[in-house]
Amino acid sequence: MEHQHKEHALLAEDFNANEPRVNWHDETLWWIRQKRDKIAWSIPEWEELREAASRIKHNVLGNLHDYLLEFERKAQENGAIVHWAADAAEHNKIVLQLLQEQGVKRMVKSKSMLTEECHLNPYLDEHGIEVIDTDLGERIVQLAKEPPSHIVLPCIHKKKEEIGELFHEHLGTPAGNADPKFLTAAARQHLRKEFIQSRVAITGVNFAVAETGEMVVCTNEGNADMGAHLADVHIACMGIEKIIPQRKHLGVFLRLLARSATGQPITTYSSHFRSPKAGQQLHIVLVDNGRSRQLGREDFRNSLKCIRCGACMNTCPVYRRSGGHSYHNAIAGPIGAILAPNLDMKEYADLPFASTLCGSCSNVCPVKIDIHQQLYKWRQVITQEGYAKKTKAAGMHAMNIVLSKPGIYKTAGGVGRWVMRTFPAVVNNGMNPWFKQREMPAPPKQSFADWYKKNRPE
Amino acid sequence: MKVGLFIPCYIDQFYPQVGIATLSLLEKLGCDVVYPQGQTCCGQPMANSGFEHLTHGCNELFVNHFENFDYIVAPSGSCVLHIKDHLHVDGKEQAATHIRQRIYELAEFLTDVLKVDNLKAKFPHKVGVHQACHGQRGLGLAQMSELVAAPFSKPQQLLNMVEGLELIELKRADECCGFGGTFCVFEEAVSVKMGKDRIADHVNNGAEYITGNDVSCLMHLEGILRRQKSNVKVLHIAEILNSI
Amino acid sequence: MSRESILAAIKNNQPDHQALPDLDAFRRPDTGDPAAFKKVVEALGGQVFEISSYTEIQALIAEHYTDLNKVVAIQDSYLPGAATQWETGDGRQLEDVDLAIIPGQFGVAENGAIWITENEVKVRVLPFITQHLAVVVAAKDILATMHDAYEERIARPESGFGVFIAGPSKTADIEQSLVLGAHGAKSLTVFLYTPKP
Repeated sequence: MEHQHKEHALLAEDFNANEPRVNWHDETLWWIRQKRDKIAWSIPEWEELREAASRIKHNVLGNLHDYLLEFERKAQENGAIVHWAADAAEHNKIVLQLLQEQGVKRMVKSKSMLTEECHLNPYLDEHGIEVIDTDLGERIVQLAKEPPSHIVLPCIHKKKEEIGELFHEHLGTPAGNADPKFLTAAARQHLRKEFIQSRVAITGVNFAVAETGEMVVCTNEGNADMGAHLADVHIACMGIEKIIPQRKHLGVFLRLLARSATGQPITTYSSHFRSPKAGQQLHIVLVDNGRSRQLGREDFRNSLKCIRCGACMNTCPVYRRSGGHSYHNAIAGPIGAILAPNLDMKEYADLPFASTLCGSCSNVCPVKIDIHQQLYKWRQVITQEGYAKKTKAAGMHAMNIVLSKPGIYKTAGGVGRWVMRTFPAVVNNGMNPWFKQREMPAPPKQSFADWYKKNRPE
Repeated sequence: MKVGLFIPCYIDQFYPQVGIATLSLLEKLGCDVVYPQGQTCCGQPMANSGFEHLTHGCNELFVNHFENFDYIVAPSGSCVLHIKDHLHVDGKEQAATHIRQRIYELAEFLTDVLKVDNLKAKFPHKVGVHQACHGQRGLGLAQMSELVAAPFSKPQQLLNMVEGLELIELKRADECCGFGGTFCVFEEAVSVKMGKDRIADHVNNGAEYITGNDVSCLMHLEGILRRQKSNVKVLHIAEILNSI
Repeated sequence: MSRESILAAIKNNQPDHQALPDLDAFRRPDTGDPAAFKKVVEALGGQVFEISSYTEIQALIAEHYTDLNKVVAIQDSYLPGAATQWETGDGRQLEDVDLAIIPGQFGVAENGAIWITENEVKVRVLPFITQHLAVVVAAKDILATMHDAYEERIARPESGFGVFIAGPSKTADIEQSLVLGAHGAKSLTVFLYTPKP
C-alpha cells in the first residue's frame, strides 16, 4: 500500500524550499539549546542529576506493574476514578463517554501529547464535541488546523504575522497587528471566557507519584490550573510510563524538566493534583497504546524514560532544518523517531533514517536515553522486518558484494575512478543526489593501495 | 610496536594523500607501520543504513587483516567507532575483541598512545576544526558542548603544536555537518543545508582551511565549497600535522 | 477488561528490578539564601519587597498598583479592609479579582518557586484566576534546592492540591517573545518577611 503522506526526506525538502525560513527556524531553536546549556552549566551537579533521573526511571521500568497498582490504589483512596485504556481507541472512547455523561458539547484541554498521539480532538469533533486547546501555542495551531510541530513549543514553525492573521480571522483582532504582547492579551481574553464556561477540563500529566496517588502538571501559562480548578469534572490523561516511585523524586525531575526544555529554572506552575476539589469528579485515564510492548523490547525500552522536555528536538540539527511536521507523527524529532516505529513500523519506517546519528540528542537528554543508538538499532529492525525500500536494499547488497571481496573492490574502485575521470557526466548528473548541490571528489589516478605497493615494496 | 594501518575505502579511492600523510606521520614518529593489502571497508555504510546483517563479509576480512597487530590506526573517527562498536566474527571473537580494544583514530593514537608532545610541523594559516560527531561524541576525542564537563580536545592539542597555525573559534563548536553516511544522499536537502551552515560558520570566522578527523565529513564540505567556488580548502588533520 | 491485560503485559515485559539512587548528595546542609531567591524571582519577572512587618504591605500595594477594585487577602493582617465572602462558590466568583495576597509556605532559592497549598488559599483557582498575585513568604523559610523542599517540608502531601509558583504566568509561544500574563496572574509580587528582632 502506498503511504498517504510523503516521507521525511521529501517533507524536509519542501521545508528547505524557503532557505531564509529554515535559517530562522534553526536559529530560534538553537537559541533555546543555548539557554539550556547556560542554565545546565549553572548546576555543577548537572550530570549527576541526569544519572539519578535515568536510574529512577530505570527502577520504574522494572517495577511498573507494582507502581501502577500502588498509584491506582492511592488515587482511588484520594477520591479519583481510574480508567485503563489499552490503546488510543479505548482512550478516546472513555473520554467521550465521560463527556457524554456530562452532556457537554464544548470543553477545554491543556497540553497533552498523549491526546495528540491518540488523535482525541478529531475523534471528539466527529462526535459533535468541540475541544478548545488552551495552551497558547496549541490554540494557534488548532486555529490553523495543523498539528503541533514541537512537543513543548507547538507553533515554533509559525511567524507572528501568520498568527496575527489567524487571530484576525478567528478572534477578530485588528488586521495587521502581529505584536506578540497584543496577541497574547487577545488570547487571554478569548480563553478566559472558555475557562469560565467549561464544565469539563482535560489535562495531561507530567509525573504521577505511585506513593501518593497524585499527579503533577507543569505549565508556564497556568492554563491547566485555570481549566481543572474551574471545571466540575477534571479528566487527566496519561501514558502508563509517567509513574515515578516517590514524591521526593519530583525534586530530581522538576530540577531537570524546565531547564532542559526551555532553559528556565522551573516552569511557572508545578501543580500537584491529589484529590478532587469539593464537589468535583477527578478521572484518571491510564493509557498503554503500545507502551507495554515497547517495555518488552530490550533495545528500545529506555525510550519510555522520556519526560517530554523536547531538548533533543532543539539540539537536533536535522529537526531544526526540517521542521516538526516533516516527522508526520504527534511527537517529532529524535525521540519521536524512536517512539513512532513501535506504534506502526511501516508507517514510520522512514523516521529512524532521518538522522545523521550525531549523538547530540543523547547528550542533552535529561534522563540519558541512548537516542542515537536506538535510531541505529531501529534501522536494523526495520530492515530485517522488510520495511526498507527495495532500491536501497538492492544498492546495499551490491555494495556488500564489492566491499567483502577485495578483488572486486579493487577492480570496481579502479573502474569507478576511471569512469569519473573520463566521463564525469555519468556520475555528475541530476540523478545523483550528491551532485545536486555538491561537487564530486576529484578522482585521483591511483588509490592508496596502489601507491603503497609502489612506494613500500616488501 | 607493530601498527596496522587501516585506510577506509573512500580514503583509499578518493583521498590517497590522506593515507600517505598518515603513514608518513606515523613512520616519522617511529612506528613500524604495515598496510595490509586487500583491506576494504569497516562495513559502516551498510550498517548505518540498516543492513548490519550484511556486514559479516567485511567483518571477517577486517579480522583477517588486522588480528596480528599491536595497534590498528585509521585516519577516520567514524570508521574506528564502527569497528569498536560492531566488529564481531563467529569463531574469531577473541581476535575481534583484540581489534576492538586496540583500534585507534589517528589523533587519539598520537596523544594517548604515542604521547606526542611536539611536532616538527609548520602550517601558517587560519584553520577551523570540524569536530566530526563520531570521533567526538562516539570516541570522546573532544569534550562535547552538551555536557557540563571540563573542556579538552585531542585534535586541537595536536594542532596547537603546529608552528604558525592559528585556530579560529566557531559560533557552534561541534554541530554536525550533515554528512551522516547514506543520509547525505537519502536526505539530500537537509544534508546540504547542514553542510552549508557549517561552512558559513568557518568562513564567517576567517578560516582559510577546514580540518578534521573524518574525511567523509570533509568530502561533503569540500563538495559544497567547490560548488560555491570558495577559496576555503579542506585538509585532513594528518595532512596538516605532516606538513613542513 | 483492559486493566488486566495491560498489567499482565507489563509484568511479562518489564526488566529486572534496579535499585533507586540515593539522593542525599544533592541536599544542601545550609539553608537557602534569601538574596539568591530574590534574584531568581526577579529574573522570572516577579518583584520582591523585603518587609519586617505586614503593616508595610498596604503602602507598598498603594504605591505599586493602580486600579485595584477587588482585592482578596488571605489574612486580615495583610491588608485590612480587603474583600470578604469571596470563598463562597465554585471559583467562578473570583473572575473579577484584581489582586490576591496569599501566604506561601516556603520558597526555593535555586528556582524562585514558592509552595502554596489549598489549605492556605481555600479556593484552588484563586492564585491563577486573579489578575495579579502577591505572596508573603518568611525569609527564614527559604530552602536551597528542590531536594530540600521535598525531603524537609513536603515529604508527605498535606492537602488535596499544592503548587510551586515561580514568577508570573507567561508564554513565549509567539516567536519565542516572552510575554507575561498568559492565562494566570499577570504579575507576581513577593513580600519577603523578616520580623524585627
